[in-house]
Amino acid sequence: MAEVNVQTYPVKQADEQVISPWREAWRTLRKNKLALVGMGIIGFFVIVALLAPWIAPYPYDVGDLKMKNQPPSEQHLLGTDYNGRDVLSRVIYGARISLWVGTFAVIGSVVAGTILGLLSGYYGRWVDTLISRLFDIMLAFPSILLAIAIVAILGPSLQNALLAIAIVNIPTFGRLVRSRVLSLKEEEFVMAARAIGMKDSRILLQHILPNSMAPIIVTGTLGIATAIIEAAALGFLGLGAQAPEPEWGKMLSDSRQYIQKAPWTVIFPGLSIMLTVLGFNLIGDGLRDALDPRMKN
Amino acid sequence: MKKRILSATMTSLLAISMLLAGCSQTTQAPPTEPAKTEQPAPTPAPEPAKNEPKQLIVGRGGDSPGLDPIRETDGESFRVTENIFDTLVGYEEESTKVVPSLAEKWEISEDGLTYTFTLRQGVKFHDGTDFNAEAVKWNFERWMDKSNPFHNQDGYYYYNDMFGGYKGDPNHVIKSVEAVDPNTVKFTLNYPLAPFIQNLGMSPFAIASPAAVQAAGAEGFTEKPVGTGPFKFKEWKRNDTITLEKNPDYWNKGYPKVDTLVFKSIPENTARLTALINGEIDLMDGLNPDDAETVKSNSELQLILRPSNNVGYIGFNVEKQPFDNPKVREAIAYAINKPAIVEAFFAGLGQPAVNPMPPTLWGHNDSIKDREYNLEKAKQLLAEAGFPNGFKTQFWAMPVPRPYMPDGVKIAEAIQQDLKQIGIETEIVTMEWATYLEKTRIGEQTMFMLGWTGDNGDPDNFLATLLDKNNIDGNNNTRWANDEASQLMMKAKQANTQAEREQLYKQVQEIIFKEVPMVPLAHSTPALAASANVVDYKPHPKGSESLEKVDIK
Amino acid sequence: MLSYSIRRILMLIPVLLGMSIVVFSIIRAIPGDPALTILGEKASAKAIADLREVLGLNNPWYIQYFDYLKQIITGDLGVSLHTGASIAKEIGPYLAATTELTIFSMCFAVFIGVNAGIISAWKQNSWFDYTAMLIALIGVSMPIFWLGLMEQWFFAQELKWLPSVGRDNPRDPVQAITHFYIVDTILAGRWDQFRDVVEHLILPGIALGTIPMAIIARITRSSMLEVMRADYVRTARAKGMAQFGVVYKHALKNAMIPVLTVIGLQTGLLLGGAVLTETIFGWPGVGRYIYTAIGNRDYPVIQSGILVIATIFVLINLLVDLLYAYIDPRIKYR
Repeated sequence: MAEVNVQTYPVKQADEQVISPWREAWRTLRKNKLALVGMGIIGFFVIVALLAPWIAPYPYDVGDLKMKNQPPSEQHLLGTDYNGRDVLSRVIYGARISLWVGTFAVIGSVVAGTILGLLSGYYGRWVDTLISRLFDIMLAFPSILLAIAIVAILGPSLQNALLAIAIVNIPTFGRLVRSRVLSLKEEEFVMAARAIGMKDSRILLQHILPNSMAPIIVTGTLGIATAIIEAAALGFLGLGAQAPEPEWGKMLSDSRQYIQKAPWTVIFPGLSIMLTVLGFNLIGDGLRDALDPRMKN
Repeated sequence: MKKRILSATMTSLLAISMLLAGCSQTTQAPPTEPAKTEQPAPTPAPEPAKNEPKQLIVGRGGDSPGLDPIRETDGESFRVTENIFDTLVGYEEESTKVVPSLAEKWEISEDGLTYTFTLRQGVKFHDGTDFNAEAVKWNFERWMDKSNPFHNQDGYYYYNDMFGGYKGDPNHVIKSVEAVDPNTVKFTLNYPLAPFIQNLGMSPFAIASPAAVQAAGAEGFTEKPVGTGPFKFKEWKRNDTITLEKNPDYWNKGYPKVDTLVFKSIPENTARLTALINGEIDLMDGLNPDDAETVKSNSELQLILRPSNNVGYIGFNVEKQPFDNPKVREAIAYAINKPAIVEAFFAGLGQPAVNPMPPTLWGHNDSIKDREYNLEKAKQLLAEAGFPNGFKTQFWAMPVPRPYMPDGVKIAEAIQQDLKQIGIETEIVTMEWATYLEKTRIGEQTMFMLGWTGDNGDPDNFLATLLDKNNIDGNNNTRWANDEASQLMMKAKQANTQAEREQLYKQVQEIIFKEVPMVPLAHSTPALAASANVVDYKPHPKGSESLEKVDIK
Repeated sequence: MLSYSIRRILMLIPVLLGMSIVVFSIIRAIPGDPALTILGEKASAKAIADLREVLGLNNPWYIQYFDYLKQIITGDLGVSLHTGASIAKEIGPYLAATTELTIFSMCFAVFIGVNAGIISAWKQNSWFDYTAMLIALIGVSMPIFWLGLMEQWFFAQELKWLPSVGRDNPRDPVQAITHFYIVDTILAGRWDQFRDVVEHLILPGIALGTIPMAIIARITRSSMLEVMRADYVRTARAKGMAQFGVVYKHALKNAMIPVLTVIGLQTGLLLGGAVLTETIFGWPGVGRYIYTAIGNRDYPVIQSGILVIATIFVLINLLVDLLYAYIDPRIKYR
């Protein structure tokens, strides 16, 4: 979500801290129809993912070769794939993988990015130079290329794809936090805290971090969408999840050669990727409007 | 993806042409060619009707790394260079029997040390210079002499392999090449080499225009190839197309039939088929077995099969538990639904394998009947082996499609499902192809899949290569060391008559079947597809061929 | 402005240097012996050892790095292990192919995106606005590899309207001069071929351009809305200028600043997305070049290919930054 990079997050005025911005945000969010749709989509996929073993009509990894590439029918609502496996069941289990990878990759990037961003912004000088240059270098690569390169070293697997995605997205969050810190540092309440001799770590954790949460949450939500696409792309290139894991991107590339005979094996996994990503994008947009109207483009 | 496959596939595709070569040294295949060959009168073919220029567009999986035949090692390069260059001798259309090409006939001295070739007269290179004895000599000197100014620094893989190194090396075969007169070349060897003539027909040993090599330089020639072949090189767009034009002065009168020959890289098999169906290309290789039906049922297309010479198998590393127990291996053999897998993934273009060598080869033991798919029996054997509840293991799957294993991971998934039913939980492991080869060679794998494409028409090339104890750390990836089998194979190598050898190899197959170091899965027939108006295309078992005779109606 | 430009350009040096280290060390760490990959499963141990020697794979990594750095500074991108050809020479046509595709997608994205954004803003809350924004919403969420497959299946395989793979008609290949086929066909005056080339560009171009198009549409719309509320536009309207003319003349220019930035950033996304699109559409570009090189363990190609793409990306960002600073002098160097 490159559009995030171009936004500048204005500093909240100190007086805004007095009223709870979170409650206010929730109220705004509830009124945002699109965001509600997004939450509906994601809620649906989360439930599907959690209940997968109970709602999937068939196991995801066992099929009947005699039943391969069957069109959607009563037995197999979304048809079967090249190994005679139920596509619906695989899509259901696939939700687990995509949500898991998307969420955890972003948590990884956020944690690492926040730490680096806080250090870089607060201490400045050589720490800042070092970290900022590192971010510059990482951002100089189109992210999917960097992810491909990282997976190529670590070896193709779902965990490694997750790790690679987490790594390539660190600078996004790092820069965001850094610029927040830079502006917050000049704020009166931080100056005051310093003046009374508060420890750096306390200032960072108690004052600066909480004030950076809003943009992190917005960018993080949008980041999950990006991470899901990137994971699927790696899976598609054969560099992510491995057989028989029902990862959506992998399902696409595996079924690709049967697209004319069995288009359902390609349509449904792709549709699922699109819907989940759409869901997170909608929530992210809604959150942005709710948490800080000025961030809206 | 595809390209990696190709680059790896290449060696094995070409390998069959080695039939002739290194392998025949160790095997007893009798030299089939007579000492003297009559020149067959070139079949006069009617000139193609001069109206529309005819174009043949060949779709393939990857680009050629280069077009200087002597430097290349892969099938994608040779299938192009075979159309630009000729070799001194050639092979029959559908076998590897040697026939005249640039050399009309040859004589071999009694002691097997002197070969005298009479060259075809009036042949010209595409650049207009003459093909003659001097040109042949020049080429061989470029190849054999490391100090030759046109010898490439990185060497010539096949020359080194087939002719015992380079000039000055202890085992180098060729002592000298002499141009006796413009049409006669005399080779003197350091020691007799039975497959010498066979070797000369291999695609890398194609005669290039000395003037063109000198003009382009040893490095540049690969992009400006000039030979005597049916087509002239015209243009190369990397990773896209190589365009060749008809050589109107080709010595084999009446050929080639088409005016332009284009090789187009389309990495994905299905995308290539789509291009064929849409009429963007005329001929393609690497058809998914699954699409064979589509091709057959389309009246505008035809299915073409390349003669098969391979085996794909599921192997066990017998040095690792629990695969050291033959009962476990046998249980798995019972649990794999071979016919269903072959049906599903080879789609009629393969047959279930019983033995580790193709049944078309002499010495195949037809009396062995394969184990049926029987889960009860499998469970029982597993219980006898001490694993009533099964076990967990890794299953290494090939990351790339090969003719003998069209889709390793998908086949592995199918087998994984089978094994689950007898309680064996497998984790499919896959890695980059080179790593896969390296690790299975040194024995890091547990259960795995691999295959072999025959180099020559000899059982030894399958049985001993894959299962002789002396080939552990080589190509015996099961690491199965059976003294009895190894002794029998050694005996077979030295036996005098084919009947005797046949008996010995049949015994070996029985031992293998009983001990189950591997479950042979299938012998496949590589499938190609062409539009219906492509005629006279005959795929060669070695994997590529000159397309001079192919015509478009 | 000048000092900003100079500072901005000087900042590139450590970045480029860092990039070369990153690329180099990443690639070095990949498992798998390139010598074995090249020779295949029938290679002898000796042949492998010999090739390793020839390729210099036995040197310590830092020597290999400095050799590499020396090379690229002199413009030598190394030699492909797979083809034995000079990468600097080889990469030219691929780069042209990728650039042509990227520019085409960008034109598609900008043309559709900007216009849809303007009309949506102009007709705010109309059915057009809703439809366009719905499409844009779906667009930003689109996995482009899936979109590519669907396009290929539907338009090339089922309907047979457009070619499925490649850049030109193999039966009537374009005579490559600049390797930008659009340009080449115009130079040759071959309008039939020009049409062919454009037809080949459509499916991959749309697949690649969808996300930027959607983003540009959304941003154009919101910045237009903001600008349209500004006084001078209202004044212009009050003076009775034709309404749509108002939008184009005054508002468009001001709305372009954020759009420009997005375009710059999206070009990077396009370059990365090219790996996927080129794989699907058999496009002989840099993305596929790098991707196949990973499979071949063709170290020099992977290194140089990624470095070239990243350098282009960095240069485009530089250009955008400079342009942005030029248009909007308030921008400060961070």
